[in-house]
Amino acid sequence: MSAGPRIPLLKAAWLVLRKDWQIEWRTRARLTALIFFSLSTLLLFSFAMGPDTEALRRHAPGYLWLALFFASVLSLGESFRIESENQALLGLILTPVEPRAIFLGKVFGNASLLFGLSLLLLPVAVALYDIDLSRAPLSLLLVLLLGSIGISAPGIVYSAISANARARDVMLPLLLFPVLVPLLLASVNATRFTLGPDAQDQLPSWLKLLTAFDLIYLSVGFLVFPKVAEED
Amino acid sequence: MPSWAPLSGLIVVVGLIVLHLAVPSTRSWVWKVQSVLGTFMLIALVYFGLFWAPPEAFMSNVGRIIYVHVPFVWMCMLAFTVNVGAAVAYLLKKSWRTDALAEASAEVGVFFGATGVMMGSIWAKPTWGVWWDWDPRLISTTVMLLVYVGYLAFRSFTEDPERRASWSAAAAILGYVSLPITWFSVQWWNSLHQKQSGGGTMDKPIRVVYLWGAISFLTFLFVFIVKRYEIARGRQTGALVLPPLEAPKAAAQVTT
Repeated sequence: MSAGPRIPLLKAAWLVLRKDWQIEWRTRARLTALIFFSLSTLLLFSFAMGPDTEALRRHAPGYLWLALFFASVLSLGESFRIESENQALLGLILTPVEPRAIFLGKVFGNASLLFGLSLLLLPVAVALYDIDLSRAPLSLLLVLLLGSIGISAPGIVYSAISANARARDVMLPLLLFPVLVPLLLASVNATRFTLGPDAQDQLPSWLKLLTAFDLIYLSVGFLVFPKVAEED
Repeated sequence: MPSWAPLSGLIVVVGLIVLHLAVPSTRSWVWKVQSVLGTFMLIALVYFGLFWAPPEAFMSNVGRIIYVHVPFVWMCMLAFTVNVGAAVAYLLKKSWRTDALAEASAEVGVFFGATGVMMGSIWAKPTWGVWWDWDPRLISTTVMLLVYVGYLAFRSFTEDPERRASWSAAAAILGYVSLPITWFSVQWWNSLHQKQSGGGTMDKPIRVVYLWGAISFLTFLFVFIVKRYEIARGRQTGALVLPPLEAPKAAAQVTT
């Protein structure tokens, strides 16, 4: 395995991450599509619920996370579609870089995208659902960050798997969403306690669950991804 | 039913499974013995479960569904554990056999799980008054089933057998990880909602029949996985021997 010099893992991951950011920034196609897609999802939720402000405010954390979940399918699918053009992934694997670095770079690339998207969605959610962001802003940011990583860690593995399957647009959510159910529960509840009253101090336990989810899927993905990339 | 019956049944059933795994020449008949044994155990279960065991203290006769409902979900979890074991084995050392075993166990597991959940739903109607409730245990079981339904759909949507084998092995491992997480999230959720899941000890006759039920379905789990494995192996060898599907075109060219 150790033929020739290898770029250290973290540096390689950073290079992959920067490459993805660069592609993203130069076209900005995925970014724009993501923003408008998730904005319209938020709008649709408020139309579907009707003008009941109290209900909207109560369910705002759920809507916010569902919008992010739907958007994540787009962004995850895209992150391996760009690699399948001109067999770019093959080129990436042939470079003296561990496949695990590709995994880490892709996960944090996607997580940063989703995190940025969630930051954009917050003011819209304030306008549409009348939520109060000033209660625990730092905890809220932490929840959004942990949730974005939690979506991306299993998501990247599934995206790499389904990028070449038939009906890949259906396969990704079919594989990903059931696995993400615990994450959805934890992030929606954690968001609820940062936006509203947290009388029994329940936020820390949900944050712990989010962190555990992230760590477990990061490590399992880290172990499994090289085997997946071999077959691409 | 004497209290030693479940343990001796377990020894016989597991002994046959070990024999099947250890001695290849016995594979042609062990599953037949298991199916006959399982049928008789099932008949015994019907008698002991419906007539011999006393009615449950709070649910009376409705509670008897526990003798099939819980064993089914156990068998489902056992099958998924076999599945993840086969997936890990495949990733460590590629083999069509472990791939076939993974496919077989996932499909049989989904069958047992889905049937178990349906029976739970039938049980819920008279006891809870609803077919479905957002109880943590129901959610975790449903999520588990959805993960494996997705896994099976993914398998059928990937044509290249070698890619399918490695990718679905990765998917199986990721999917299995969700089970303990779902379990822990359930505990958080439970503690937040102050919802007690009904534990409690069982009366001895009920307990004996309950374990007997689990062992009778273990025979069927074994037989189903063995037969489904043979189908998967047959498909693999068939798929590998068949020529590429270019033949009709060539024939058309000859005729023109």
